[in-house]
This record gives sequence, structure tokens and C-alpha cells, in this order.
Amino acid sequence: MNDPAPARELAIEAIALRKTFGTLVAVEHLDLTVARGEVFGILGPNGSGKTTTIRMLCGLMAPTSGGATVVGCDITTDADTLRNRIGYMSQRFGLYGDLTVRENCRFYASLYGLRGAGREGRLDELMQELDLGTRSDQRAGTLSGGLKQRVALACAIAHHPQLLFLDEPTAGVDPAARRSFWKVIYALADKGTTIVVTTHYMDEAAKLQRIALLTRGHLIALGTPDEVTRQFGLPTIEDVFVELQRRDEGAAV
Amino acid sequence: MITWIRGLLLWPMVRKEFIQLRRDPGTLVMILGIPAMQLLLFGFAVRTEVHHLPTVVLDQSRTPESRLLIETIVQTQNFDIVGTVSDRAAIEHEITIGHARAAVIISPDFARSLKRGETADAQVLVDAANPLASSAAISGAALVTTVLPGKLADHPVDARMPIDLRVRPWYNPGGESSMFVVPGLVAVMLTITMLVVMSGAIVKEREVGTLEQLVVTPISKASLLLGKVIPFVIIAYIQMTNVLVLGYVVFHVPIRGSLLLLYALSGLFILAVLGMGLLVATFAKSQASAQQLAFGFTMPSILLSGFIFPLEAMPRVAQYIGHILPITYYLDIVRGILLKGSGIDVLWQPALYLAGFSIVTLSISVRRFAKTVE
Ligand SMILES: Nc1ncnc2c1ncn2[C@@H]1O[C@H](COP(=O)(O)OP(=O)(O)OP(=O)(O)O)[C@@H](O)[C@H]1O
Ligand SMILES: [Mg+2]
Repeated sequence: MNDPAPARELAIEAIALRKTFGTLVAVEHLDLTVARGEVFGILGPNGSGKTTTIRMLCGLMAPTSGGATVVGCDITTDADTLRNRIGYMSQRFGLYGDLTVRENCRFYASLYGLRGAGREGRLDELMQELDLGTRSDQRAGTLSGGLKQRVALACAIAHHPQLLFLDEPTAGVDPAARRSFWKVIYALADKGTTIVVTTHYMDEAAKLQRIALLTRGHLIALGTPDEVTRQFGLPTIEDVFVELQRRDEGAAV
Repeated sequence: MITWIRGLLLWPMVRKEFIQLRRDPGTLVMILGIPAMQLLLFGFAVRTEVHHLPTVVLDQSRTPESRLLIETIVQTQNFDIVGTVSDRAAIEHEITIGHARAAVIISPDFARSLKRGETADAQVLVDAANPLASSAAISGAALVTTVLPGKLADHPVDARMPIDLRVRPWYNPGGESSMFVVPGLVAVMLTITMLVVMSGAIVKEREVGTLEQLVVTPISKASLLLGKVIPFVIIAYIQMTNVLVLGYVVFHVPIRGSLLLLYALSGLFILAVLGMGLLVATFAKSQASAQQLAFGFTMPSILLSGFIFPLEAMPRVAQYIGHILPITYYLDIVRGILLKGSGIDVLWQPALYLAGFSIVTLSISVRRFAKTVE
């Protein structure tokens, strides 16, 4: 977990990544680099291939062709090492509703090899960092949406991952909860964790360091939010988004 | 070293599973209550007709009269002659290994007694570990004694001479069906728990989304499955012990063979059913469809295994299906050990089948499981 990393080492380097499901092309020839410590966003309309991209980068799903190196591991040949170095909060993170908050975190921490007093210490730390102390003995199934997401995040970072994938972590979460969630994310980023996140909230997107825009599996824009809006000659990311969707619909006809 | 560390990841999985089980009273009631219910249901109320009992013949008379007796016995359709033997030890062997369920023994002086106008002796020995088989034998024998004298009338003997065809049950002098059903219940119950509960538990992880989260952790797929399975194996053994104790106390089902052997061979059966359960889990998209698929396996397991209706009484196709199901072989094992006191020398064949079945289904399902996670 403490691999010495050169200053500008890449956290992700994807080359010609491609995934098809039968005749459907979910991700087409994706070249992408993310630097260590970056807070990077993947944006795009529904079905544009964001989740598929992340799943390939996690080593969950083998690419149809192409490849990627993630935190120094080849995603197809070295997925085992990769898993120890990354955290992943899937689009519908499943907590065990019948386990308490702390039991959920303990379970995931144990799967990452944390044991005994070290693990319990880490759990105390997480409960405090994520402000879950008062809820730690509540069953996860009875939590509100915002709290569930925080618990899910706690589970995903228990092992201090170098790189954290967050697939729509704030979907369906109220503004106050979203704000506190992002505070934690930026705190992690400050400590050097690379963050790759997808979102449909444009206010969140505008605050990311760099974003990639996907549409129907194709990468069509890459850069800081400013660069991307300039590329399209539109005032905001939201306008770019609406324009993309309009083009998509045009293409579908 | 790495595999060793990964092996330890089993434990968090097992512990999590037990916490969940403890908090789910519904499943616990199902796991522990259903066996008791079934025990009472099936234990008291099972009765059916049987035909075509596989039968061996020991004809010590070797006369036209004795051959006529055999012919008549076959014509009742309650017996199928599957072989002839030359001594009583051979009969015992054939029944113990399950090759035959009944034997006809014709005494050396059968024809002579008939000719002399005395009562001619023959005996039907029936494997009474199966009470349905014994009732078939009794009714078959009764039929023979009423029909045979008429046939013998064509021969130079006194038509009114009585023929004494006595049915002698074996292993199960009381002839109670509970003797036969209770051991079978052990098998049926293990099938239900392992198939329905287990496959449901795995599909639930996929449905809720925790499976994707698990797969991205360092735990290997094999450990993941094993950790999921171990608690259910333990529960299966508890269930089995429950039914055995209940059967012993309520129905006085004996334990004639080695308990150690029973528990060891039960492990093979549990693996075999787990293989099926995992296979179901890899096919099912939702908990509901897992349950339906699992019942698709349990119903034939109950109906076509010889749990209620003896296999040999069923249509050919049903018999073929029955001979694929692991429960059919396990029934031979449980009944063999409990009622007949059979040892591994007799039970190695069904044990081997169970082992083979487990290896095939487990390896297919582990491979399929790896794919379905994608
Ligand atoms: N396992 C799968 N089998 C078949 N098709 C799939 C599979 N996973 C994704 N797809 C298809 O691939 C395309 C991209 O899906 P993906 O989930 O990556 O989109 P997304 O950008 O994450 O969308 P959303 O914003 O709705 O989460 C979609 O058309 C989807 O239907
Ligand atoms: Mg998605």
C-alpha cells in the first residue's frame, strides 16, 4: 500500500479499451490517463458506458480488446494485486441491511486483510471521519439514503486504497448530504488518494479537476471543465450535456 | 503464501453469514421447523401400491411344478425375476447390495410334497426395509396361492392341495412405513435446505448488489463460495442430527450401522446437493427464479428418488431421471446404514456416484459463477 511513487506517475493508463456486449458497443477505443492524486470525473448520459469503463478498470470485467494499467497493475493479468490497491463503490452499493453499520465496515475491512486491534482501530477512525459514531450499531437497512452512501464509502476506504472509484456516489442524495460527502472525498484527495467519479450533477462536475465526456461509448471531450465547455463553445457543462443528448437522439433516428 | 492469506478470508465470510442467519428468524424456522413437520407428515401417512419388485429365485426343487410356481409368480406382475441363485447366502448378498428386493425360495421337496398331497412349502423373502415392497410381496403371494392350484390341475396332482407361500419380511419385522420414510426424510430435508436456502442466499447477494462489491475485494471466488457454503453445511448436519434423534425417539428407527460412516457419506451427499444449488444460483437472475429453479430440482428429488414411491414401480423415464439424482443414491446409503447396518463394502458404489456428481456440478458451477459475476 506504500509503494514509492514518482511524482507524476499515472494512476490510470488505458489504451484502446473496448467492450462489447454481443452487437452492442458499450465502450469504444478509449484512451485515457489519470495522474496520481487527481480528482477525475467520467461524465455522460445514461448508457454511455461510464459504469462499464469503471468495471473494466477495477478488473471486474475483462475488456473485449485493449488494456489498461491501474496503480501499476495490468487489469487483465494482475487483477489480484490491483484489488488490494483500489476501492470501489458501485453504482448501487449493496450494504447488508441486516448487519449494523460497524459490522458492514468490519466485514469489508476483514476481506482486505485487516485483523484484530488494527482493524477495530481503523473502524473507530472511520466512524469518526465519516461522522457515523452515533449510528454504528444501527442496522444498515434502516439508514437514510445519504447515510447509506457514507457507510458504503467507509467500507470502500477501510483499507486505505491508493485509488478510489465512485460510481454515482451521490445519486438520490439530498444537497446537504451531498456536500458532506464531497468534503470527505476532497479530504481523501488531499491526502493523495486518486479519485475517479461519475456523476449526473453538474455542480459536482464543475468542481472536478478534469473530466472525460462519454457518449454512446465514445470519448468526445477530455480536460478541465473550462476546457471542455470552451471546446463546445457553450457556457456551462450542463449545456454541453444537453447538446450531447440532443446529438444522441439525432443519431438514434 | 498468498493463497494461504487468501484462505483466511474465508472466516469473515462465514462469520457474516452466521450473523445474518441469526437475525433472520424466518429462515431459521424454515430450516429447523420444516423437518419436524415433514417428519410427522410423512412418517405417519405413506402407503402405495408397488409392482415389479426385482426378485431372485432359489429353486431347490428344479421340477416342472416349481417352474410353474415361478411362472405364476411372474404373472402377478408384482415380481420381476432378475436372477437365480444357488444358496441362501447369495440371497442375502443380492438383497443387501440392493440388487434384489425379494427372493423366492422353493424347498427341495416342493414337488414331492405336492405329489404326496401334502402342503408344499415355498417362501417369499422380502426386503422389508421398504414396507411398500413387502405389501406388494404379500398381495402377490396371496394371488399366487389362489391361482396356482388351478394351473396345477393340468398336472397329475390333487388340485385342492394347499400351497403354503409364506412371506417373510427381512430387516423390518414390524413392517412400519415410518422405518422406511424417516431415513429418507433426512435426504429430502438436506436437499431442500441446500438447494432452496443456499441458492437463494447467493442470488440475494447478486440482487442486492453486494456480490459486485465482494468480487472487487481480494477474496478469491472459491473462498467466497466456500465461505458462503460452510455455514449451510453445518446447518445441514444439525438438521440431519435432529431428524435422526426425532426418528429414533418417535418412530424407533434403529441405527444399525456406523454413525461415523453415515456422517461421512452424508458429507458427499451434501456436496452433491451444494453443487446443484450453486448451479441453480448461477442460472437464476432473481431470488424468485432461484426458488422456482430449486423447486424444479426438489420435486423430482422427492417423487423420483424412491423416497415415497419405490423406483422400480415407476415408468422407465422416471427411473432414468431418478438414477441421475444424487438423492436416489443417498437413500440407499441412509437406509442401508440405518436399517440394514450396511458398511462401506456394500455402499461404495452410491458413494462413488455422489463423489463424481459433486465434482462435476461443483466445477461447472464455480466456472459459471466466475462468468456470471461480470
Ligand atoms: N452486462 C451487460 N450486458 C449487456 N449489456 C450491458 C451490460 N452492462 C452494460 N450494458 C450496456 O452497455 C451500455 C453502457 O452501460 P453502462 O452501464 O456502462 O452505462 P452508464 O454510462 O453507466 O449509464 P448510467 O448513467 O445509466 O449508469 C448500455 O447500453 C448498457 O445497456
Ligand atoms: Mg452507470
